[in-house]
Amino acid sequence: MTDFQSLPAAQGTTRRSTPLLKVRNLSVTFPQRGGPPVNAVRGISYDVHEGEFLGIVGESGSGKSVSSLALMGLLPSSAQITGDIDFDGHKLLEMNDRQLSGLRGRDISMIFQDPLSALTPVYTVGDQIAEALLLHDSALSKQAARSRAIELLKVVGIPAPERRAKAFPHEFSGGMRQRAMIAMSIANDPKLIVADEPTTALDVTIQAQILEVLEKAKELTGAAVVLITHDLGVVAGHADRIAVMYAGKLVENGSTADVFSDPHMPYSIGLLRSVPNMQTAGTQRLVPLEGRPPSLTALPPGCPFAARCPIALDICREVEPLLASHGEFADGVRVPGLDLAAAGTPRDQPVDSHVAACHRSGEIASGRLTRADVFPRPEPLEMQHAVAREAQVPVLTVTDLKRHFPLTNGGLFSRRIGTVRAVDGVSFSIQPGQTLGLVGESGCGKSTTILEILEMATPQAGKILIDGTDIGTASRAERLKLRKDVQIVFQDPMAAIDPRLPIGEVIGEPLTVHGVGRAERRARVQELLDLVGLDPQMADRYPHEFSGGQRQRIGIARALATNPRLVVLDEPVSALDVSIQAGVINLLEDLKEQLGLSYLFVAHDLAIVRQIADTVAVMYLGRIVEYGPVAEVFARPRHPYTQALISAAPIPDPAIERSRTRVLLEGDLPSPTEEITGCNFRTRCPLYRLLDPAAQSLCTTDDPPLVTHDGVDAACHHVDRNRIVDSALVGAP
Amino acid sequence: MVFYTLRRFVNYFILSAIATCLAYVVASLALDPAAKYYGRNPQPSAHVIENILNGLGVNPDVPVLVRLWNWILTLVTQGSLGDTVGGKSVVAEIVTRSGVSLQLLLLGSIIGAILGVVLGVWGAVKQYSLSDQTVTYSSYLVFATPTFVIGVLLMIGATMLNGIVGAQLITFTGSYSAGMTGSWWDLLVDRGVHLLLPTIALVLTGAASYSRYQRSVMLDVLASDYIRTARSKGRSRNSALVRHGVRVALIPMSTFFAYSFGTLVSGSIMLEIVFSFHGMGEFTLQAITQSDINAVAGSTLFLAVLVLFSSTLSEILYAALDPRVRN
Amino acid sequence: MSIVEGASATLAAGPEPEPPSVVMARKPLSRGRLIWNRLAHTPRFWIGAVAMGTIVLWAVLGPVFYPIDAFSRDPLNMGMGPTQLHWFGTNNIGQDIYAQTLIGLQKSLVIGLIAGPLGTLIAAIVGSVAGYLGGIVDNVLVWVINLLLVLPSFILLVILSPLFEDLSWIFLTVFLAGFSWMIMAQVIRSQTRSLRGRDFVKAARYMGVPMPTILARHIIPNLASLLIIDATLGVVAMIMAETSLSYFGFGIRAPDVSLGTLLSEGTAAAVTRPWLFVFPAGVLIATLFAVSLIGDALRDAVDPTSGVNRD
Repeated sequence: MTDFQSLPAAQGTTRRSTPLLKVRNLSVTFPQRGGPPVNAVRGISYDVHEGEFLGIVGESGSGKSVSSLALMGLLPSSAQITGDIDFDGHKLLEMNDRQLSGLRGRDISMIFQDPLSALTPVYTVGDQIAEALLLHDSALSKQAARSRAIELLKVVGIPAPERRAKAFPHEFSGGMRQRAMIAMSIANDPKLIVADEPTTALDVTIQAQILEVLEKAKELTGAAVVLITHDLGVVAGHADRIAVMYAGKLVENGSTADVFSDPHMPYSIGLLRSVPNMQTAGTQRLVPLEGRPPSLTALPPGCPFAARCPIALDICREVEPLLASHGEFADGVRVPGLDLAAAGTPRDQPVDSHVAACHRSGEIASGRLTRADVFPRPEPLEMQHAVAREAQVPVLTVTDLKRHFPLTNGGLFSRRIGTVRAVDGVSFSIQPGQTLGLVGESGCGKSTTILEILEMATPQAGKILIDGTDIGTASRAERLKLRKDVQIVFQDPMAAIDPRLPIGEVIGEPLTVHGVGRAERRARVQELLDLVGLDPQMADRYPHEFSGGQRQRIGIARALATNPRLVVLDEPVSALDVSIQAGVINLLEDLKEQLGLSYLFVAHDLAIVRQIADTVAVMYLGRIVEYGPVAEVFARPRHPYTQALISAAPIPDPAIERSRTRVLLEGDLPSPTEEITGCNFRTRCPLYRLLDPAAQSLCTTDDPPLVTHDGVDAACHHVDRNRIVDSALVGAP
Repeated sequence: MVFYTLRRFVNYFILSAIATCLAYVVASLALDPAAKYYGRNPQPSAHVIENILNGLGVNPDVPVLVRLWNWILTLVTQGSLGDTVGGKSVVAEIVTRSGVSLQLLLLGSIIGAILGVVLGVWGAVKQYSLSDQTVTYSSYLVFATPTFVIGVLLMIGATMLNGIVGAQLITFTGSYSAGMTGSWWDLLVDRGVHLLLPTIALVLTGAASYSRYQRSVMLDVLASDYIRTARSKGRSRNSALVRHGVRVALIPMSTFFAYSFGTLVSGSIMLEIVFSFHGMGEFTLQAITQSDINAVAGSTLFLAVLVLFSSTLSEILYAALDPRVRN
Repeated sequence: MSIVEGASATLAAGPEPEPPSVVMARKPLSRGRLIWNRLAHTPRFWIGAVAMGTIVLWAVLGPVFYPIDAFSRDPLNMGMGPTQLHWFGTNNIGQDIYAQTLIGLQKSLVIGLIAGPLGTLIAAIVGSVAGYLGGIVDNVLVWVINLLLVLPSFILLVILSPLFEDLSWIFLTVFLAGFSWMIMAQVIRSQTRSLRGRDFVKAARYMGVPMPTILARHIIPNLASLLIIDATLGVVAMIMAETSLSYFGFGIRAPDVSLGTLLSEGTAAAVTRPWLFVFPAGVLIATLFAVSLIGDALRDAVDPTSGVNRD
């Protein structure tokens, strides 16, 4: 919908005008009570030109947010900041808080990650936007500021802005709060907007909306944008330039096209190769990026990435490489860039071209080291269990499962005022050795569905069969036995493991319930640790000694302890850093083949579902709206909601990302208490809006049943009509 | 929101009523109102004693629950809490004495709360500065000192001061100088002077706990994202702290007020006794030592009403301060 | 320390950000060690710990090295101020205040050290059961907690004081603990409710681990730091409650001596013979001050956000 080409983007990496923002050799150190200081940012330099869109990409702890807070002057007073930040003629690091307040919100504004905590809970949204105006324009009347705030809310697409301006932040949904934040940030026509992970806390459909609003805001104000994110897909479609950060350093900086198509730094290569791509997912194995980033308190000498780098040389462990241009040197000899000599010290170079910090970037740039050489794709595992597909009892059968919650008001006497239909008639089944992907936005009922299965209580309505046994009628002893067969891996590996128990006990806990002796438990734990790729010697260590990825492996080992038949994977990689995800996904795939497991894989990341699942079920407001083989659903989604979900998911490839048009859903997920007659998706349906009134009336009156269309079930009256959105889909070949 | 507050009020009302009944029962079981008559010389006849006890409605031969029921009945129908062992009406006693107590309690708690909030905010904003450290350590010191000790120490201090000045600058026994005559102004000043030391003691204890709590709430608020947002809009640090921080940090204080109220009341009871005020504290303790069940029940009811009142007030404050609970 | 956590919070990448593995030292510290490290860098903690250690040692060993018995009367030195012979002076019947203070300190310490942790124990049991089970059990327990909060505990203790006049001071200790656990139980309850929703507790439930095991294995250990703090500050509250009650004549009774009874005896003459009041009061304040310093330093170490300004 947005025409990217018309934006005043910085096409030229050759432009030599004075940059709007010039960051030189910025370092941030946090002293710690009782420990060595944390070197969060270690001498980074970059430029942002007027109207430019810079994406700063990095994993948690890479220093990307700290560096941006430093330029806003919003770091804690204990932070030690050195270097130079030149913004529009102001030396930001030399200004005091009062002087900076004059700039903040007027010339530079910021959008934060978590829109709930970023708004003051006790003031109305309208007042908070008006505040931004009044602070910088003393001549403005309160009344004028208020009406301008309403205008701004309208600009960012908030319906009924007059009424909404009087609402408090807690009455807004996450997406609306983020829109309000954007309204606040553009209130004074800033020259630079810094957006720190603005969409990370949001669902993918809302993320697409917010990025669209951000683009619009940029267009309206002509501001430059610095977008900080961990998601390569998000920057691929929007940024002009990309800066990659690792362990407090800028390791690569170049135009978006250059960085994506021709990365010079092994870390960027690994990152790009490890991210599952919705186009290729499911056809090949992911490329894992092993290891974890180094500690910022005790950095080893040399390149911080050396320990994880497959092509590291001896020099990489001794000398930290500087950011330098490599593209010009076809012979691969590493000569400090010619253009650098003119700019003085190498650290003070104008960061304008494609630069990377690697001793072997020359070889990579020249093509002597290909990306596949650096991070080769692992071979797929041999199938060990020939799974007979026919005549097997499904591991799990869910039939017409319902879970409704009463909604009471807080009056003098609690009165039931409605029903939350969290799960409203869901049916699916999983064959042995198969993976079902369950996808949908947060609040669609996928968590409640798996909760119903795992709690093993008699469902309100419907049936849950595990290995053919109905848990509704099973005895206590039978249920305990069934618990052996169904295990879970949670989303957040930090929360899923009791921090006070050594991991051996964590992994062995399921066995204690079934009366397995100590010695036997110990042996099994060793076996399991080995199975998930951890050292069996580590059984006595405590969880805090492990990284996120390792902890997720511990969680997987615990789930496997009782030799289950079905493992419920509740967003098992979404809390992990991008570079860690591929390794865990590969492990899950291997285990499935080795042990003949079945998975119920709950996720919001469609690329990962496409990678790992055999069948996919798309949920919306407590219902399954589309259900079928994964390849078929992704290639030709029948339901408009599935189409919208697929189209909203960003793809880490700028060429595809910029050429495709999106199906944007309007508004937020309706509250599950709302009574919607007919099809419950019609309030947001892009297809519905295009239908003629006669066809629409069918949607408003009749609730569409799940009907099979060429092997895929879809709950839509107009499956035959939705060609209109076909062009929006990814990879439509 | 009105419904919400009303519901909480009803809840507290029931709790207070049950608490009072419980106290009545416990007092009836634990205290022996007849004992003091048996100790008299000459000892009154058993018949006389029984008559007295029956007149007071505290005859131990009548089942406790029946006495409780009668007590409630008189309270509801006649608004009477019975008579004290001295033969005075409990209600009348409470009315006179509560005036003395409330003076001290209200003045002390309001000044203490305001001072505590100000010191807490100051300490959080200027964390680890000399003034913060001073306030912090002083509040630990006040924490570590029982209220009655503060009272006595203040008395010792005032005596020394009077000795140095060589005049009765600060008087501290009773709530006013007995037999003093003069203009209303002189009498007011006299009362003020008598109130000075106990109020200081109460303010100190109140301010110490409020400042600690406010400081930690404020520190939480200082770390929150919306302070950063306010600054990113162009507020300076201090202005963001005051306009956004303090306003939010006041919300949990309204709950803390209800919690700390009990401590304040027992503190002021102790101070009344230390400073020989003829208030509710003295009344209650006398009632217990004299095994006066009606007076004990009456003063428990009085305290329960105070708790009811303060809890409801804090609920209303909470709802007024926080839009999130209003609907 | 929390500065780093603050920084990492802003660095977060995923919706459930990974804690700052990168900012931690190479071999990350366990929570216990981390708390200990923070404590070790808090001067408050050391001041409190050293002072408390000294006071306890003094209370135990003091009488051994002091020749005068607490209850013997010295007819030659009645109502005397501090002298070389009687370090804290004597009362008007010639009893030595220093010796009495030590005895009183012992009793007050013992009562505080038993009643404080006892109250915490009750709070832990009631709070965790109510929070974990929810439903009717929770409603009933919460109602009982609220009722006890509304009851004026001071008056109730005074009313009941004739009971423990006949029994030993142990009963006073138990009663004190019995009226001091409610607020903490509420805190434990809400913490348990949030722990109950945590994945590792859910995991145990889904495995079929029985409720008492979950409480003992997962819930209580994860609240340990909170409980330790409460027990510490409970010692302060209990010593204070005991001295206040005894001061007004409702707690410890003769022939037992506590700091409260000493202060009570000293008050009448506080203005004319301040040593009768000031010395026991000083010892009491020093003790409570030391314990509250330890408790507060613990709280800061356990919950860094309560102690450090992160703006």
